Amino acid sequence: MEVTITVNGRTHTKSVEPRMLLVHFLREELGLTGTHIGCDSSHCGACTVLVDGTPLKSCTYLAVMANGRSVETVEGLKQGGKLHVIQEEFKEQHGLQCGYCTPGMMLVGKALLEENPNPTDDEVRFAISGNICRCTGYMNIVKSIQAAGKRMQAESADAAE
Amino acid sequence: MYPPRFDYVAPTSLEEALDALAEHGDEGKIIAGGQSLIPMLKLRFASPETLIDINRLPGMDGVSEEGGTLRFGALCRHNQLGAHPLMTSKYHVVAEAGTLIADPLVRNMGSLGGSLCHADPQADWGSVMIALKATIVCQKKGATREFGAAEFMEGIFTTKLADDEIVTEIRCDAANGGFGSSYLKMERKVGDFATCGTAIALTLKDGTIASAGVGLTAMGAKNLHAEDAEKVLVGQAPSAELFAEAAEAAVAIADVREDSRGTPEYKKNVLRTFMKRGLAKAALRAQA
Repeated sequence: MEVTITVNGRTHTKSVEPRMLLVHFLREELGLTGTHIGCDSSHCGACTVLVDGTPLKSCTYLAVMANGRSVETVEGLKQGGKLHVIQEEFKEQHGLQCGYCTPGMMLVGKALLEENPNPTDDEVRFAISGNICRCTGYMNIVKSIQAAGKRMQAESADAAE
Repeated sequence: MYPPRFDYVAPTSLEEALDALAEHGDEGKIIAGGQSLIPMLKLRFASPETLIDINRLPGMDGVSEEGGTLRFGALCRHNQLGAHPLMTSKYHVVAEAGTLIADPLVRNMGSLGGSLCHADPQADWGSVMIALKATIVCQKKGATREFGAAEFMEGIFTTKLADDEIVTEIRCDAANGGFGSSYLKMERKVGDFATCGTAIALTLKDGTIASAGVGLTAMGAKNLHAEDAEKVLVGQAPSAELFAEAAEAAVAIADVREDSRGTPEYKKNVLRTFMKRGLAKAALRAQA
């Protein structure tokens, strides 16, 4: 079946089997391996992507379901050679150790900050409760997302002046 | 893991979806949020010939409260209901269940109608809809059937839904003053299925309980309707003693087995405690 899916702003038309999972479409058809396969059973959140802005698990979503929709992966965060604020803050706050969960954590963080730019610890922990970090770095992940929120607010305030 | 091969159709209207169901019969399977179906496909627990994707049907995810009726489109997502202002202010049992199912990512896709049709006895919506005494609307080409929520769920992963039918809407009477509800759930960790869940809806009138709805999650082969507990409550004034008596009536129908989530005795104790807490919470809200 032919599908047209916009990924990180670029439109791709490909012929895929209906049974192809979105995560395989991204990794194998487009070579975007930043979206990780962790548990492959809808538990870990390593494969999280944004579909029309909503975070979901791309191992539990068919590529054909994304036909005509817009997908954002970790590769789409960096714009014009500049890291996204959330990427910079994961770096600054040491929000990662092995990095396996990080693409999912950053995308969930980005979606959260768009709705709630100044989340509390509990709000961040609730938002990332579908994403598992096995390095047990949650404290710094929470800090990274909050720091990114503060910077995004400061930057939009600067832009408004 | 790859799902088995299947054909895929994505209708863009209810008519097209009903035509596809009529055409494919028991070889066709509706995919809504897919959060149970896709894992089942991967594990080869399901291998339909054709998947009929209803995610593109317009107007299937609406919520309205009009003319004394509360209506949910079958494609309402768990997170949508968990955050809906009407649910967080008035129908707490819906808001609380909507934020306790699985995890936030699953809740963004998983749907009310899909969960009801999947009929996992450890799933939450069945109990909520039993407590609200909801009606489940099933449509096929040229015909509509309606079932009470308790009647709709027949057993483990089994419902009244026929192969050529689709659940389009779930509706119940709108609350009309003196209404309070709650959903409590124990899970070992985020994303786990319930060890125990209690859905409670009460309407108070002149200081007594005029109507009561109680649904139980993970307490048997399907979401249970605790009718005896409801009978204990109706016509009485809310009190700790009354709630303890209703809790015993609920515990009496629990049919639970030992598994990794605990022994039957433990699970019944959780149920007993949740019944008392959930009733107190609902009564407090009804009096607010």
